[in-house]
Amino acid sequence: MKDKGLKEKILHFILNGNFGFTLVSIILGLAVGAIILQITGFNAFEAYKIMIQGVFSRPNYIAWTIVRSTPIIITGLSVAFAFKTGLFNIGAEGQFIIGAITAAAVGYFVKLPAVLHIPLVILAAITAAGFWGAIAGYLKAKFGVHEVISTIMLNWIALYLNNYIVRIEGFRRPLNERSYAIQQSASIVVLEEWKRSEAGRAWLLNHEFWRDVFRTPLNLGIVFAIVLAIIVWFILNKTTLGYELKAVGYNKHAAEYGGINVSKSMLVSMSIAGALAGLAGALHVMGDSKSIASLAAMEGYGFDGIAVALIGGNTPLGVLLGGLLFGGLKYGGSKIQPTLGAPSEVISIVIGTIVFFIAMPKLIKMVMKLTTKNRGAKNVE
Amino acid sequence: MNIDFSSKVVEMKNITKKFGDFVANDNINLTVHKGEVHALLGENGAGKSTLMNILYGLYQPTAGEIFINGNKVDITDPNVAIKKGIGMVHQHFMLVEPFTVAENIILGMEPTQGIGALDMKKAVQDVEEISKMYGLHVNPNDKIYDITVGMQQRVEILKALYRGAEILILDEPTAVLTPQEIKELIQIMRNLTQQGKTIILITHKLKEIKEAADFCTIIRRGKHIDTVEVQNTSTADLASMMVGREVSFKVEKEEKEHGELVLSIEDLVVKDNRNIDAVKGLSLDVYAGEILGIAGVDGNGQSEFIEALTGLRRVESGKIKIHGKDITNNTPKEIIEERIASIPEDRQKRGLVLDYTIAENMILENYNKPPFAKKGILNQQAIKDFARKLIEKFDVRPDNQLIKARSLSGGNQQKVIIAREVTNDPEILIAAQPTRGLDVGAIEFVHKSLVEQRDKNKAVVLVSLELDEVMNVSDRIAVIYEGKIVGIVNAKEADENTLGLMMAGGGTENEG
Repeated sequence: MKDKGLKEKILHFILNGNFGFTLVSIILGLAVGAIILQITGFNAFEAYKIMIQGVFSRPNYIAWTIVRSTPIIITGLSVAFAFKTGLFNIGAEGQFIIGAITAAAVGYFVKLPAVLHIPLVILAAITAAGFWGAIAGYLKAKFGVHEVISTIMLNWIALYLNNYIVRIEGFRRPLNERSYAIQQSASIVVLEEWKRSEAGRAWLLNHEFWRDVFRTPLNLGIVFAIVLAIIVWFILNKTTLGYELKAVGYNKHAAEYGGINVSKSMLVSMSIAGALAGLAGALHVMGDSKSIASLAAMEGYGFDGIAVALIGGNTPLGVLLGGLLFGGLKYGGSKIQPTLGAPSEVISIVIGTIVFFIAMPKLIKMVMKLTTKNRGAKNVE
Repeated sequence: MNIDFSSKVVEMKNITKKFGDFVANDNINLTVHKGEVHALLGENGAGKSTLMNILYGLYQPTAGEIFINGNKVDITDPNVAIKKGIGMVHQHFMLVEPFTVAENIILGMEPTQGIGALDMKKAVQDVEEISKMYGLHVNPNDKIYDITVGMQQRVEILKALYRGAEILILDEPTAVLTPQEIKELIQIMRNLTQQGKTIILITHKLKEIKEAADFCTIIRRGKHIDTVEVQNTSTADLASMMVGREVSFKVEKEEKEHGELVLSIEDLVVKDNRNIDAVKGLSLDVYAGEILGIAGVDGNGQSEFIEALTGLRRVESGKIKIHGKDITNNTPKEIIEERIASIPEDRQKRGLVLDYTIAENMILENYNKPPFAKKGILNQQAIKDFARKLIEKFDVRPDNQLIKARSLSGGNQQKVIIAREVTNDPEILIAAQPTRGLDVGAIEFVHKSLVEQRDKNKAVVLVSLELDEVMNVSDRIAVIYEGKIVGIVNAKEADENTLGLMMAGGGTENEG
């Protein structure tokens, strides 16, 4: 009896909640991708098999997927947080860049033991990026400038600021469009020195699994991402700050009437969103890229965060799973090109389609309604 | 009467509509004849809008059949309804604000000439023609945002007529209108039925039913109670059928001497959204233990006055004092801290965060105070307990604190606000149109709550556009006209005519 109740509850959750909704969107997205692969003359089944194998078949693939997912999970959290408080943070891209610049600079120029250096880099990056986000919040609160407009423009400012800073003598690596790598003490790659040492290499020689894992820059970023997801969830649901910010997001007139300072809330919300995206940039530098490069175009970590937030339904847990899915699709998808000759752009189409379907609730709800109707009819018998 | 009893234009048979476990319509029957005004009467949330949304194709019935002019029809969406000659004017208008009246009316059915170029001249002509035919005067070239709400409603009606509507559904058409506009609307309905149109009127206002409707179908909690001929039924009977018990229209209150001066306002000047003075040197004193009613026609500075009082709008000059303490231009938070509570004019815009639960709305002004929060962390248990207590005390339905405010009926939304505001134990309670859009049962409750505060020796300011309400509930009545108080009278000595004259600006001479 009790079991059945639970089962029904789960079924209800899947069918009626956002989760089922997202699931259907993902399936439809994959289906559209399959159709396109077939049309262009590739075996879709084969391609998806390669993709899945490309993510799960070896330990280092899984590690890579995690490394790739980390930054977009955190920018996803940034976008989701802002969204819950009624703001559309398109500026995660620029905030990410500001976080990365700060991390690269503080990581390279400052010399401290790791216990101090890592927190310092993080603190500097979230302060700078939080400030970057706050600019948009201030413009909105003070002058009513829509955050979509201001953050898009701030993205470009961040991009060119990045290119300017990278080229500063003393920071720029000679004959290179990159900055110097950060100090070892600012790195968050797991066991980085050990795995290159004599002892480490000797040990890894006999442990194939770990040898494979440590080929990647597996880093602590994912731990940060999980902790941040919990913090974001906690702030939004358990604190008076979250209550204020959400109230302003849902209905700023009622919030104002209730005595909440609406301008301040917008500022705080954008600062937190900025700090999150900036932290994503910092962790990316500290754990993966180790330096910043001159950028010809946006890298897309922030924009991918928007898609991740959408896929995750703007909930922290959803963003975590959505980020892993997104990272997996991108990483696994990159493998169909060399093996099969199929264009890996198909994956962008799949992701785009998923987002498209998520943004189209009516159609999905119709599809879901049809399936439940059938189910109901069966149960009657 | 223009009713043709031989032709049933609408017949809804055994209509049932379920939303999950909730039965919104339970086996309802409705028959409407050609040329009649048929009122659908019921409390907020009784299921009358649901029934009409089914007729208009916005919902599909769970069970039951619909006949239009004797033919069984399957109204799958509003387009089918429009083709069958059904038009609906929703409570919230669906007009394109920057477009002109004519553009809105023809929207989707634009007359064209040649290879599809819009024939605006013909459009204006068409609009003028139907507006003349039904006595619905509009200026086709006015922009929607420039015209009054009453005019906008006419545009909505014309829109439906332009689409060939024979049956017009009006959803709470008077909720947004001034008394004069209501009179005009009733005249328009008469013109329409004379032209052979049929009108279904959704409302919970008994006075209008008595004035406008031929027949009335009463729905209570999703069930069909009765269909009566309005002429032969008293207002009291209609009310008790609607609510399911006897309703008192008289506000019970005992004689009471007022206490000391609590709120004093001197020469207040406040600007409106267009940056024009809306409150122009308003002065007023309010004492403990009295209900001061502010009567006036809409748009005489009431909204701006209340917003200034609650810190939501800047005061240009003048002073607001509580117990002699100056609180002019304090923030809303500081004013709440001075124990001024308010029931806002627009409960969905100001009063509630609709996407918050009942419980979350109950703590809107106290979320950061113990026991609801400690050091920035919310205490869910305390919030829940508090909400449960208030839900029970104020009889909020459904009695589930986790339901979003959005899904409550208007009356229950108002109960949540009143529960919250009154429980803050204010010195001063400002109630702005607290019964707007509520049914008689809920109105009774609101009035009782106001009197209760007064009896607890609180100062109550009641701003209302309904003169009946002001006269029934208040101890003293102040009349506002063009941003000033033009006269104050004792409610006992007040008569409707004098007040009406003052509201129209006739009282200014008395003041010199």
